[in-house]
Order: sequence, then structure tokens, then C-alpha cells
Amino acid sequence: MKDLRNVILFVLVVALVPVLTSSGVILNFVMTALYACLLAQAWNILGGFGGQFSFGHALFFGTGAYAQAILQLQFNVNPWVALPLAMGASAMVGAWVGALSFRYGLKGSYFALVTLAFAEVFRIVALSVPFTGAGVGLMLPLQSSAAAMQFGTRAGFVWLMLGLVALALCVSVWLRHSRFGAYLQAVRDNEDAARAIGVNPFQVKLLATVLSGGLMGAGGAFYVQVFQYIDPGIAYGPHTSVEALVGAIVGGMGTLWGPVVGALALHVLADLTRNLFGQLPGINMVIYGAVLVLIVMFLPRGIAGSGVSVRAAWQRWTGGRS
Amino acid sequence: MTALLQVQGVSKSFGGLRAVQDVSLTVTQGSLTALIGPNGAGKTTLFALMSGFLRPDQGNVSFAGQDITGQAPHLNAALGLTRTFQIVQPFAAQTVRENIAVGAHLHLPQRALALARAEEVALQVGLSSQLDKLASDLTVAGRKRLEMARALAARPKLLLLDEVLAGLNPQEIAEMIPVVRNLVAQGVTVLMIEHVMQAVMNLAEHVWVLAQGKLIAEGTPSQVTQNAQVIEAYLGHGTAARLRAQHGDKP
Amino acid sequence: MFDPSILWASVLNGVTTGAVYALIALGLTLIYGVLHIINFAHGASLMMALYGVYFLKERLGIDPYLALPVVVPLMFVLGYVLQRVVINRASHGKDENILLVTLGLSIVMENLALLFFKSDTRTIDTAYTLTTWSIGSAMISLPKLVAFVGALVVSALLLWMVRGTDLGRAIRAVAKEKHGARLMGIDVEHVYAMCFGIGLACLGAAACFLLPAYYVNPQVGNGFVLVAFTIVVLGGMGSFAGALLGGLLIGVVESLGGLYLGESLGQVGIFVIFIAVLLLRPQGFFGART
Repeated sequence: MKDLRNVILFVLVVALVPVLTSSGVILNFVMTALYACLLAQAWNILGGFGGQFSFGHALFFGTGAYAQAILQLQFNVNPWVALPLAMGASAMVGAWVGALSFRYGLKGSYFALVTLAFAEVFRIVALSVPFTGAGVGLMLPLQSSAAAMQFGTRAGFVWLMLGLVALALCVSVWLRHSRFGAYLQAVRDNEDAARAIGVNPFQVKLLATVLSGGLMGAGGAFYVQVFQYIDPGIAYGPHTSVEALVGAIVGGMGTLWGPVVGALALHVLADLTRNLFGQLPGINMVIYGAVLVLIVMFLPRGIAGSGVSVRAAWQRWTGGRS
Repeated sequence: MTALLQVQGVSKSFGGLRAVQDVSLTVTQGSLTALIGPNGAGKTTLFALMSGFLRPDQGNVSFAGQDITGQAPHLNAALGLTRTFQIVQPFAAQTVRENIAVGAHLHLPQRALALARAEEVALQVGLSSQLDKLASDLTVAGRKRLEMARALAARPKLLLLDEVLAGLNPQEIAEMIPVVRNLVAQGVTVLMIEHVMQAVMNLAEHVWVLAQGKLIAEGTPSQVTQNAQVIEAYLGHGTAARLRAQHGDKP
Repeated sequence: MFDPSILWASVLNGVTTGAVYALIALGLTLIYGVLHIINFAHGASLMMALYGVYFLKERLGIDPYLALPVVVPLMFVLGYVLQRVVINRASHGKDENILLVTLGLSIVMENLALLFFKSDTRTIDTAYTLTTWSIGSAMISLPKLVAFVGALVVSALLLWMVRGTDLGRAIRAVAKEKHGARLMGIDVEHVYAMCFGIGLACLGAAACFLLPAYYVNPQVGNGFVLVAFTIVVLGGMGSFAGALLGGLLIGVVESLGGLYLGESLGQVGIFVIFIAVLLLRPQGFFGART
């Protein structure tokens, strides 16, 4: 169907980039842009499609990152094997947090607060426990080889991240065209009405959290492979939580391409700012915060979301479909 | 005449307020019945107790012979018991088609089949021309139909309609009545909460009257409208007289 | 396990810190109780107030306690304007939007501070910073004692305002029934903005009491935000008495937790309580509403 075709097209086009150029600058940009896309896509599954706003999504990111590092450092697991395991670990944390939160009926602000609290708890624990390297963090030894998932050039990382983004996109396509996705969005739009016609909100929200957590964990594992380093602040700090949610919201929650558009837009903005103002501490986040406020004020459905509603309105007006 | 829904001695209190007190009733399969009474009588609470949104403090509810007391709404829907809401609850961000499809998915896992069934059901309730409209763009009458369609798509055996005519003008009410009748013709048992007495007189075979949480009368519409207690508690003498005049003394 | 005098010192410490926490939470309680919004920007606003107090001392030599009449009104104005101009406009009537807007504001505030003031932790030196008084067998630093008294005074003022003034009546009316209040001629937008302003003004007062005994850096708000939320939820969203008692309790828990578990793990205790309360008793212990 159309969505799947568009996803395949997207993947093919982006996959060609490392073939056509070996410019470090371009490849780095594409890699980091795709990375931002993954985070936004992951958040979008729970926040956009599910309507449950998580303000502590770094919880899953950090778990995936630490799992990826610890599996290699402590248990000598091959990084390619560690990746799905790390995703599994963050998915399990998602299951745990989701089960607790939804079992007790947390919604809206309460849910946002609880996710924030969990992320903070994990951060403090990671800071205090030798298993995670405490405040010093963990470092992966440099081993420039594909077998060790540390590619010599950015090209390998681009393709790896593209694969993960493709996975996230496929999950989103599935949400748009499946019963589960219909149930998830029904729970988002009106939980009681959904219950009355046979939807089990707990199960649905829980699975969404697991999917969202798993994908976010992939982002964390990827980070560790690229930067060979993780510490509690990076893993569980607010920066990643914010990046994920702002990308999805700016682009358009609950849409297929919204998070991609949003993440890309923010990424370009951040790059521009860096070129104009240099490496100012915090300037990125100021921009993210300001954009978030402005988007909510003036374009609450995000860029792609507004596009969707504009297109739909146009179709209605021109009588495209009766 | 099989009993489809049996409510026995059901009570529910909220703090000091006794919303429903020792109510018992039986809905027979294939019937079109009504629950009437003044505002605050506990009618919607009773619906919530029947459908699983609330758990009774006392008493039990059984559906098709199975005890469903306090069972979650989604499980009851799977058994064939669905309800609509007094204040309509559409999935506002989705189209009419998508809304109804959610109901259809209860028995149809495939997306394509559910969407197709949504079209069929939309035809039944007269929403075919608005399938691709956003639910938030519908009029009140449209939303009421959508609410019904969504519940209908879930293939209920018993449909609890909560004030489906509220907020409609006389024309819209006249258009909705055949839709409700059609449901029963399709084999769906219907129990409706209604204030529009004309509709109740026209549609219902059997009426229960709830006042202050207690069942004060039951019977055919004309029996109930001649009941002195009901007239005192709810109808008022003028309305009762008018209804009697319009509908004669049908047994 | 510990010497009673150490325990006593820890409890005392916790109570005085808790009073300041309570003051911070009171503003949040007012905002939540009336506007029904979770103000994620509360911590960042406190941080801004702290910087304000800091610079008043460093650049203009104004003592923090003397800065009260400057900082409190300024924070009030900031709150009023933020609510009226930004938050109100952005909400479009949906709670989730307000959540996002206040989050966005907090990110902007925190990182602007990072940009302009760098991440260094700053403290001030006053004549009384190191003065201590003894209460029983424990020594308590004077600034903390003043903070304790100040927090109680402000709480009392707040309670008096809500119970005894016209504004307080308007606030209670709007909190209970917004539309009805509007029909009675109450300017609801104005009341909302007033509440937000008062909430932030409480932060201004808290900052003046806090800085002599504490420090400021751009991240300082984060630590306070979750603690403040914990208190508000614990005390029952919308209950002043609850926020006050909750604040004292949390202060003591944090202090004792730090004693037994060490500084950082002690903080975990607070968050665990927070999560537990959210899950098990979201209406808090003095809940005015769920």
C-alpha cells in the first residue's frame, strides 16, 4: 500500500547517500539526522499514536545504552547480538513502567510526571552503582571494524541507523493499518468509548510502551557504538527525553512522517545555530524549548500534522471524496 | 422468551449518596424496552453497572446466563453487550469510517474487512454520505448516529442506548426512530434511556421507571403513564393526560 | 543505629529544608488547584529567582532578605505575564498543550541561564551565612532558621489571602466552577494570571530565603521541581495544609535518607515516595480533589 511504498522509497534514497558521497560532513549530518528521527519515531508510538505523553523517555534510551555497553564489557557479547538484547532490555523496562502506570490508571500529567520520576531514579541509581561505572560512566574500547559495530567511516553507521529507522517506520505503518493501531488510537481519543466496544486499554497501552521503549533503546545502543561512551547524565538526563518529544510534536504527533520531518527540521535548525553562534552551551535546548512553545501555540498539529489536515480540508472542499 | 440480561438486587452508593437502590429487572431477547425517570434518578449509573463501568456494591448482573457482575466493559462487549454514552464520545480526530471500524474490529481482525463493515453499518444508520468526514465535523444528530453505528459494528446482542435522542430537534427525532426500530429488526435487543416520551410510547414494549435510585413502576408504556406514582415523580399530570389522549388505552 | 543527637540534627535540618520545600510547593498547589495545570516551569522559575537574588547581592549589594520587596513583585509580574500572554494563548483549551508549553518554557529558561551564566555553581557570602544557633543538642544554621520562619509566615499570608480577601473568594470560585464564576462577572483570565503570579511570587520569596543557605546553578530547578511535585501530590493537589505538612515530611525524609543512604541515594527515597503516591493514592493524604 501507499505508506509502505513511500517507506521503501525513503529507505532506498537515503541508502544511496553513502554510495554517492564519502564526504564526512554530509554522512555525519545524515547519521545524526536519522538518529534524531529514530528517537522521535519511538516517542511518537506511545505519545502520538497512543496519546500517553512520556517526559522521561530517556529511561528507555539509557537502559538500551547501558545494556549495550555492559553486555560487551562484562559479558563479551558480540555487539550485533547485544543490539537486539539491549532493545529487549529497554522493552522490558517499558513493560514494567507501563504495567505499573496503567495498572493504576495514570494518565495525562500524572503519567508524564511518573516517567520523569522513573528516569530520575534510574539516573541517580546509575550514578551510585559500580555496575554502571557510577559517575565515571562506561567506555567501549575502540575497535574500528564492522564486526565490532564500530565502522571506520560513517557510512556503516548511516546504514545501521537507516535500518533501525526503517524498523520504526514499519512499526508506524503497521499502527496505521492494523487493528492494534486502531485500538491504540481509539484509546488515545476516548478511552471509555473504546472500552465500551471491546478494547482493553491496559493491554493496548502496555504493548505500545513496550514497542516505544524497545525502539528508544535501540537509539541508546546506537549512541554507545558511535561515541563509545555513556554516563548517567547522557543516558537518563532530560536532553534525550526532550529531543525525542519535541521532534515528534513539531513534526506532527500520530502521523507517519511527522517525527521524521520534525526531527529533521530541528536538526537543521540546531546545525544552523551552531554555525551562526558557535558552540554555545545550551543554545540547542533553548531552540528546542522555544520551538516547542511556538509550535504548540501556533501549529499544534505540527508541521506534517497541519499538512495532513490542510490536505484533508482541501479534498473536502474540492469534493475529492464524497 | 429468553432472558438476555438479568439484574438482581443491584445497589450502588457514592459516599453518602445512594445512586441505585436494590434494582432488579430482566431484559428479554429481541425486545425494545425503555428506562425512564427524572434527572439524577440513577439511570446512567444503572447502565454503567450493567455494562461494567461500575461495580455494584450489592447484587449481581448476568448476561446470556453468565454472571458478569463487575466484569470489565471490554469483556462484556466481546460477549455482546455494548453501550452508548449520554454525552457523545466520538473519536474526534478520526473519520466516521475509522470510528465505526474500531467497533467492527471486535469480530474482524483484518483492517480491510473492518473498514468494509464500517461502510455497511454506516448505510444502516444513514451515515453513508459522511464516511470520510471527521467525527468532530458532524452535527449532534450525526454524532448520535455515529455512536450507534460504532456500537452496532461490534455485533452486539444487547445495545444499551443512553439518551440517543437528547439534543435533537423534532425532525431529527422523527428520522432517528426508524433507525432504532431497524436495530431490533436486525436482531439486536435494545434497552434505551429516554426522556422523549413520544419516542418511548412509540417504540418501547416495556418500560421501567427509576426515581431516586429505586424502581417505582414497570409495565407497558400506557400502564406506566397511568401510574399515579410515576405521574407524581416524573411525568406530571399534563404530560400524562396528553400521552393518554394520544395513545389511547392500549394494553 | 545513629546517635540520637545526630538524628535530632538531621530531623531539624530536614524540617527547616522542608519548610522551604513547602513554600515552593504552595505556589504549585495554588496553580494546580485553580488552573488545574501542572506547571513544569516551576523549578526553572525558582532558578531564575535565585539568580535574581544572587545578582542583586553581587552587583548591587542588596542583602537577600532585603531583596524580598524587589524579587517578590518582579516574580509576580513575570508569572502574570507568562500566564496571560504565553500559556493561556497556547493552551487552545487542551490540558496536554499546557503540559507541553510549560515544559518548553522550563527548557528555555534553564538553558538561557546556562547560556548567560554558565554552569558554575554560585553561592553568596553574607555576614550571617555561617552563624548557627543551637536548638536542643543540635546546631542549626541561622539562614535555615530564618527560611523556616519565613516559609511559615508566607504560608499564613497565603492562607489568609485565600480565605479572607475578595481575590481569594474569586480564586475559590474560579477553582470550583469556572463558567459559573465567569457568569457572575469574575474575570477568569485575570484570576488565572493572578494565581500564576502569586505562585511565582512565592518562588521569589523562597529564593530569598534559600540562597543564603544554598547555591544556584542552571540545573538547580530540576531537583526542586520533582520534589515540589512530590509534595503537591502527597499533600493532595489543591490543599495548602497538605502542601505544608507534605513539605516538612519530605524534608525530613530527604535528610534522614541522606543520613542512612548517602547523599545521592537519599534523593531516590523521595522519588520512590512520589511514584508510590502517584500509583497508590493519587489524591494524596489531604486531597481536595483527585
